[in-house]
Amino acid sequence: MSNYAGPSATRSSDVAGTLRLLAYLVLSAVLILLDHRGDWLAQLRGHASVAMQPVWWLAGLPSRLGEGLRDDAATRARLAEENRQLRNELLLGAARQARLQVEAEENARLRGLLGAAERGGLDVQLAPILDVDLDPTRQRLMLNAGTRAGVRRGQAVIDAGGLVGQVIEATPTTAVVLLLTDPDHAVPVAVARTGVRLIAYGTGRSDLLELRNVPLSSDVRAGDVLITSGLGGRFPPGFPVGTIAALRPDDSRAFLVGDVRAAARLDRGRDVLLLRGTGAAGEAGDADEADATGAPDVADDAAGADAASGAEVSP
Amino acid sequence: MIARGRTWVLPVSVLLALLLGLLPMPGLLQALRPYWLALVLAYWVIEDSERVGLGFAFCVGLVADVAFGGLLGEQAMRLVVMAFILQRFRTQIRFFPMPQQALAVGGLLLNDRVISAILHLALGEPLLPAAYWWAPLVGMLLWAPLFVLLDALRMGRGARL
Repeated sequence: MSNYAGPSATRSSDVAGTLRLLAYLVLSAVLILLDHRGDWLAQLRGHASVAMQPVWWLAGLPSRLGEGLRDDAATRARLAEENRQLRNELLLGAARQARLQVEAEENARLRGLLGAAERGGLDVQLAPILDVDLDPTRQRLMLNAGTRAGVRRGQAVIDAGGLVGQVIEATPTTAVVLLLTDPDHAVPVAVARTGVRLIAYGTGRSDLLELRNVPLSSDVRAGDVLITSGLGGRFPPGFPVGTIAALRPDDSRAFLVGDVRAAARLDRGRDVLLLRGTGAAGEAGDADEADATGAPDVADDAAGADAASGAEVSP
Repeated sequence: MIARGRTWVLPVSVLLALLLGLLPMPGLLQALRPYWLALVLAYWVIEDSERVGLGFAFCVGLVADVAFGGLLGEQAMRLVVMAFILQRFRTQIRFFPMPQQALAVGGLLLNDRVISAILHLALGEPLLPAAYWWAPLVGMLLWAPLFVLLDALRMGRGARL
C-alpha cells in the first residue's frame, strides 16, 4: 500500500490488515473444525472435487505419458523376458487355481451338506489408478474411474495381494479410495489359522496396520495370516489383509498390540479391482461374470477374463 | 510500479504450482518437494500486492485443500499467515539482496511447516515424517531461480533488473 504515508495512516492500515488476518484465520479455523468433526462439508467437497478433475487429469498426465513411452521404448529382449516371466506366473497361477477349484467344489458340497447359504462368485471391475500425490499425511488413492463406470461409495477395493481399502468418494470420472493404512480406517479381521476375530487399524504408515486390544489369552502368534472376517458387512469375508509381524504388550500390560504387514501392494500399482455386489445373490456363472466384468470403459476383455478366473479362486 | 506486466502470468503460475504439488514423485523426492504454491504466492505478494493479498491467498489455499484432499481450510490458513507476514515486511523484503531474500522465504516456509505441525497435533491428525522438514531448505534454494523466472515472464524479456 502507501509506503510514504504518515505514521497514523500506516497504523490504521496495519490495524485493518490485522483485522482481516484475524477474519481469515477464524474462517479457516471454522472450516478446519467442520471438516475434522463431521460430514457436513462432504457434499460441498464432492461438488468441488468435480471441478478439480481437470487438474488431477493434468497432474497425472506426465506419469501416464512416461508409462506409455516406457512401454513403447521397451526393447524386444526386455519384452520377451517379461513375456516369459508372465507366462510362468500364469502357469503357476493356473496350476494353483486348478487345485483350489477342487477344494472349492468340495467346499460347496460341504456347505450344501451344512445347509448354509451358498455364496456366489465375485463380481469385480478393473479400475486404473490415477497417479497423483495427494496429501502425504493421509493414506488415499485416486482412481481413474467414477460413477459413470459404475463405481459407488463403499465398494471394497482389492489387488492381487489382498484387500486395499474402500471407496469413500465417487465423482463422475474419479473416485477416492481410503487405504487400509489410513489412521481413520479399521477393518474387521479373523486369524486364518484359528478364526480369532480382531480389528486391524490403519497407522498412517504406508504398509503397516495395527491390532489393538488383543487379549493375552487369545491364540494369536507372529506370522499368523489375517483375512477379512466379513463382520460389519462392508468387506466380504475371506480376503487376505496381512501378516502379523510382531506382537508386544500394550501400556496396560493387559492386552497385546500387533504390527501387521499389509498383504496388498499399497504403495503403487497401476490397477486395482473393485468388488461389485459381493456375495449377495449367488447368480454368478462364469460366463455371466465375464460379461458383467467387461464394462466398456474400464475393463478390457483380458481383464474381464482375468477377473472372472480370479473369482473362482475364493468361492 | 508503472507497468503492471502481463496479467496471464499470475493464474498460470498458480495453476502450475498446484500441478507441481500433485505430480507423482518417487518416495524420497516426495519428502523434499518444495511447497510450490507458497513460493509462487510469496512472489506475487511481494511484487504485486495490489492484486494478491490475504483474500487471494485464502482462495488459493482452499482450492489446494480440495485438490490435495487434505483438511479443508488447512492450507488456506497457512497461506494466509504467510501472505500476512510478507505484506507486513514487504517494503523491507523487496529491497533485500537475493540471498537474504531467499533466507527470509526459507524462514517463512519453515514457519509454515511449524504451523501445519501444530494444527495436526492439535487435531490429533497424523504428522508428516521427519524427512519432510528438509523441504523448506529446497524451497529456499529454489527461490532465486523462481523469482528471476517469474519476473522475466511477467515483465517480458529482461525488462527489469
